[in-house]
Amino acid sequence: MTAFVVRRILVNIVVFILIGIGVFLLVRAAPGDPVRMMIRPEDLQEGSEAFIQARREELGLNDPVLVQYARWFLDALTGNLGDSFVNRQPVGGLLLERLGPTVLLMSTALAISLLIAIPLGTIAAVRRNTGVDYAAAALSLGVISVPSFFLGIVAIYVFSLQLGWLPSAGMSTPGDGTPGDIVRHLIMPAAILGLASAGPLTRYVRGSLIDELSADYVRTAEAKGAAPVRVVTRHALRNSLIPLITIIMINIPQMLAGAVVLEQVFAWPGMGQLAVRAVTAQDYPVIVGFALYVAALVLICNLLADIAYAAVDPRVKVT
Amino acid sequence: MSDLRPSLDTPEVTAAEEVVATETDTAVRSRRRSPLGMAVRRFRRNKIAVAGGVFLLLILLLAVFAPVIAQQSPTAVDLGAIRRAPSGEHWLGTDASGRDVFARLVYAARVSLLVGVFAALLAVLLGTIVGAVSGLFGGWVDTVLMRTADMMLSFPSIVIIIVLAGILGPSIPILVVSIAITTWPTTARLVRGVTLAVREREYLHAARVAGASRGWMLRKHIVPAAMGQIVVVGTISVAAAILAEAVLSFLGLGVQPPQASWGNMLNDAQSLTVIQSMPWLWLPPGLAIAATVLAVNFVGDGLRDAVDPRQSGRS
Repeated sequence: MTAFVVRRILVNIVVFILIGIGVFLLVRAAPGDPVRMMIRPEDLQEGSEAFIQARREELGLNDPVLVQYARWFLDALTGNLGDSFVNRQPVGGLLLERLGPTVLLMSTALAISLLIAIPLGTIAAVRRNTGVDYAAAALSLGVISVPSFFLGIVAIYVFSLQLGWLPSAGMSTPGDGTPGDIVRHLIMPAAILGLASAGPLTRYVRGSLIDELSADYVRTAEAKGAAPVRVVTRHALRNSLIPLITIIMINIPQMLAGAVVLEQVFAWPGMGQLAVRAVTAQDYPVIVGFALYVAALVLICNLLADIAYAAVDPRVKVT
Repeated sequence: MSDLRPSLDTPEVTAAEEVVATETDTAVRSRRRSPLGMAVRRFRRNKIAVAGGVFLLLILLLAVFAPVIAQQSPTAVDLGAIRRAPSGEHWLGTDASGRDVFARLVYAARVSLLVGVFAALLAVLLGTIVGAVSGLFGGWVDTVLMRTADMMLSFPSIVIIIVLAGILGPSIPILVVSIAITTWPTTARLVRGVTLAVREREYLHAARVAGASRGWMLRKHIVPAAMGQIVVVGTISVAAAILAEAVLSFLGLGVQPPQASWGNMLNDAQSLTVIQSMPWLWLPPGLAIAATVLAVNFVGDGLRDAVDPRQSGRS
């Protein structure tokens, strides 16, 4: 087991370095001169070609690409991802201060999606091919078909503008910021994000439980005279939920994509909002920093999924 | 992974009925017995899938005949009539530049469908080649290609596309290519699976002994064997691509104005004033996206059940 974990970690480190090289080369291939972008337009008038050349030399942009990459990589290892072109702040700090809101949004959404998926998937599995089952199927297909940003706009229209129940933007009311206030801001984005992830999870719970319900031990439990509800919840459901950890881990990166979009709709001050702004402003250091953060998150989730898969199910043989 | 099956027919019952039908109706026996004929028959039984197909056909006609249906230009700016409510002249009102929203909605169908279909075609083409190469060559080629596919699958596609579009600049070709780059692995894994299964069949051994090249085997044996499932994955990829286009254009990273797409029409709806008092600006394009993607998914599901009833998941 230890050897397996160590090897998976090493593989993931190699992959992370490869992704780093890819992102680095992509930025180098991007149109536009980073020096010109860093200089404010008003300074550019007096900044002659000679000045730009001097800046390029100073920033090391005239060195061979390999040297540039080595320097960038060593900097990145020490947490130095450069400064934002837009507001000159260190990228590492910018991303870090937005990590909290994104984590809060995603973990709430995950809890909501589980609260929907487990009961709904269970009922759909037990009452297979009935109205409830079809409704669950329709829900899963619906939430993957309706774009979440459109749901967000509709929710703002209904709950913020027509009914006036919930705030439409931000994470807290200026001057307030109590937990209750943050929760009120959190409800809509988290509910929509949770609903979007609940679709695939519901199908998973349903499928997995159907498999378990046909197992021998379920028949044994029924034969012993255990109540049907007990057979499902105590025997079958427990086993069918074991691999759910893996599914959740695989779903987290997809959830991040949803969060990026919903943060934009609800002006939630997370990493996604920062990334979208950076992309519109062609703020390369921030884009690169965001890409590396996401890559790290995805790799860690994959690693945890692999380990959880091997750890919770003794039938999985680790090689 | 199937969702909605309107009838409670089990595949076995369906198949049995088909046998009866083919035996009683000798005139059409040969057509119904072919795999394609049976698939078409199964698909037509699925009312929701057929309804989805009809809806898509309507949208397609709307896109093709856009200049006939929309009386006004989708890009003509009229600063004298900004954000007007729907009226006899402007059926769905006008946007922030005084452009006719109905005309934009109709023309946007072209962009959304084109991006969706081309991105899915490119992804399927790429995935088929990679999958077949992976399966036919095996060894380290297989390992490297499939590892890459797994990596791509685990990354959230929207984030990759945002980074690509952000660095390379937003445009329709970049949009199509980056959607394809993030969706090919599904097809690749599918085709690889079929390749591995077909590779050991007698007719492929025979082809190999007869001196067939790998390219020949790919074209004549593997692709036909995988075609049904490729069509299913391709259809679902169209839905995903239309959604991706919508999200990116909504964020301002996809189709650029003045050209209209359903996604960028919703871009205006980032302001509360627009959301509150001008629903004609955001409701129609949002509903258009949702209905189209839903229809594509219904068709995809119907095709999945039609191509391979055993996979229908409604066990």
